[in-house]
Amino acid sequence: MKLTGSQIFVEVLVEQGVDTLFGYPGGAVLNLYDELYKNQDRIHHYMSAHEQGASHAADGYARATGKTGVVLATSGPGATNLVTGIATAYMDSVPVVAFTGNVGTAGLGKDSFQEAYIEGITMPITKHNYTVRHVEELADIMREAFRIAQSGRKGPVLVDIPKDITAASCEFTPAEPVQPSVPQEYDEQAVKKAAEMLNQAKRPIIYFGGGVILSRADEELKSVMNRADIPAVWTLMAKGTLEDDDPLNLGLIGMHGSFVSNKAIDTADVVLAVGTRFSDRVALNPKKFAKDAKIIQFDIDASEVDKNVAVDLSVVGDAKVVLKALLEDLKETRHEEWKEDIARWKAADYRPSDSDERLKPHQILRTICDLSGDDAIYVTDVGQHQMWAAQYLTHVKPRHFLTSGGLGTMGYGYGAAIGAQIAKGNAQRVVHLTGDGSFHMNLNEAVTAVSYDLPVITVIFNNQVLGMVRQWQTLLYGKRYSSTDPHRKTNYVKLAEGFGAKGWHCETPEEFEKAFREALENNGPSWIECVIEKDEKVLPMIPAGATIEDIILADGKEAE
Amino acid sequence: MAEKQYPRSVISILVENHYGVLARIASMFNRRSFNIDSIAASETIDPGITRITITVHADQNTLKQMLLQTERLEEVKKVFVLDSNSLQRELLLIKIGCDPKKLPALRDIAGVYNAKIIDLSPESLVMELTGKPEKIDGFLKMFGNYNVLEMCRTGVTALNRE
Repeated sequence: MKLTGSQIFVEVLVEQGVDTLFGYPGGAVLNLYDELYKNQDRIHHYMSAHEQGASHAADGYARATGKTGVVLATSGPGATNLVTGIATAYMDSVPVVAFTGNVGTAGLGKDSFQEAYIEGITMPITKHNYTVRHVEELADIMREAFRIAQSGRKGPVLVDIPKDITAASCEFTPAEPVQPSVPQEYDEQAVKKAAEMLNQAKRPIIYFGGGVILSRADEELKSVMNRADIPAVWTLMAKGTLEDDDPLNLGLIGMHGSFVSNKAIDTADVVLAVGTRFSDRVALNPKKFAKDAKIIQFDIDASEVDKNVAVDLSVVGDAKVVLKALLEDLKETRHEEWKEDIARWKAADYRPSDSDERLKPHQILRTICDLSGDDAIYVTDVGQHQMWAAQYLTHVKPRHFLTSGGLGTMGYGYGAAIGAQIAKGNAQRVVHLTGDGSFHMNLNEAVTAVSYDLPVITVIFNNQVLGMVRQWQTLLYGKRYSSTDPHRKTNYVKLAEGFGAKGWHCETPEEFEKAFREALENNGPSWIECVIEKDEKVLPMIPAGATIEDIILADGKEAE
Repeated sequence: MAEKQYPRSVISILVENHYGVLARIASMFNRRSFNIDSIAASETIDPGITRITITVHADQNTLKQMLLQTERLEEVKKVFVLDSNSLQRELLLIKIGCDPKKLPALRDIAGVYNAKIIDLSPESLVMELTGKPEKIDGFLKMFGNYNVLEMCRTGVTALNRE
């Protein structure tokens, strides 16, 4: 049958199982939007306040469901506004397909109105991207885009569609949805060798990251840990994989990881790294990371092997497939002595102190977890609150902690929370944790939450400053607070009301608990501002480039 | 130029012959601070496939990353390092300012290296030389005391013997 490019666009989306789309209209995508208008029964389009918000919504949708998130924007500024969202998804291996309109093919390269070379701009932040030059290519390019986004190491793909392509027509042949390919191959000998190394280890540690969540390998991981009695540390991207009360769970590793996690890696004799990339926020000093250990690395992406830290043995493959294979040769072992050391370090770890009078970040988070139930999805922005969330949120399930890890995108949270809420429906509890710095970047997305009646609860950790940068300035820059104390006068309660949302202002634990309970009953978006101290710090902290020897465990205020 | 302490490697990349594929590879090399010494691209006997030949000076780890990061690109079909026994050729054009008195000496150099004089004017001449990159390097050293006006090398193109 003969269809226009716009009709093909809709047909292929439906064919690939897409029923939700985030986006913002404009001149170059008028034909596509006209077709979406006619197909509202099959595809639900959610309009954001700004294309960046739509891109984060597609990302949040993908992270919460595992499905591919889809975003649509117009040419020029519409397309460039997606860039931060695409780069965020790229750094965290999130399957997203971004569609952009462009000027007609005759106008390409002529600096036409609202023309941007988005293919070139997004080349280094996508797995692959396309400009469709003939309508006949459109269907297959779209199918390829969905295949690539979900295959191997997942990630974003961009398809740029010039306006004339959306109007031109050609023969369309329906196809089956593409099945994401999970590589089944791995080096069997290397896996046997890995099992042998772990069987002989006296002080083994598993260090795992987002790859475990992406390949849904949490059960296999736990089996490995339990069979060989191996304690595990995790990266920001893997929060929610292990139960909080599992004695083998040592917590977050890296710059703001627990003392016990960092100490255990530093002392281990064998480290098994799974689905993780030894980033500079974990291997703070790559030359000294796990200095006494033989390192084994399991990763789906061969280019991650030896990239940041040289390893002794590597297996390239899917985490679930390779961990399952590892189990076959892994012996039941116990490491009592090693666990005694670890228990001692655990006891010596940093613990924040409670307060009845003023709001403390860990207490806010404890209250949120107690009241939100075990199924809540938590979405963060970037900064101190993000690290506190990683450290103190409990009862979090895999895919229920959404955060911009690799790119560290302030302003990610609201869009992503909206995407997650839409993906899971309004019965799902979604809590958006943000700081006053991050929130000001994209709080305009409140209009989206209001338009679609989304009960996203936003908790603003308001310390009046850019806390994370200020913390570095306190500890490393002689308290010269350059541009981190903006003296903003935002009235969050009034602002929320102005947008059509509901707002609360809290200064004590009691006020916060009351506000959060009320927000849980609110059917629309809620903002709860929590006033916290300017000088609250994220601890522990190991400065960039340093090691466990340099860990900061006490608040610098006392040392003044 | 610090990379010159490492040995020269020639990387052959077979890619789909699409718009922008060279830009993708160059962009990735740039982003990851991989230094390219020379780059040459041309069609192969399969019109759908282009061969890109890149020469680099890199240590083993960097070279490995270059190959693996290149392999990740969607349009790359195959990437490999050419072995030391491979056939590597480069073309050089060099324009030298000279008065007629120096001509015999230049003809001698050209004769030894099998270079051709392809243009001659009262003030200058242009020579053409094809050969292994080492041969070109050696040839260029002969002109230390001459007035080289312009020079252009194509970059290495190479094939394995088998």
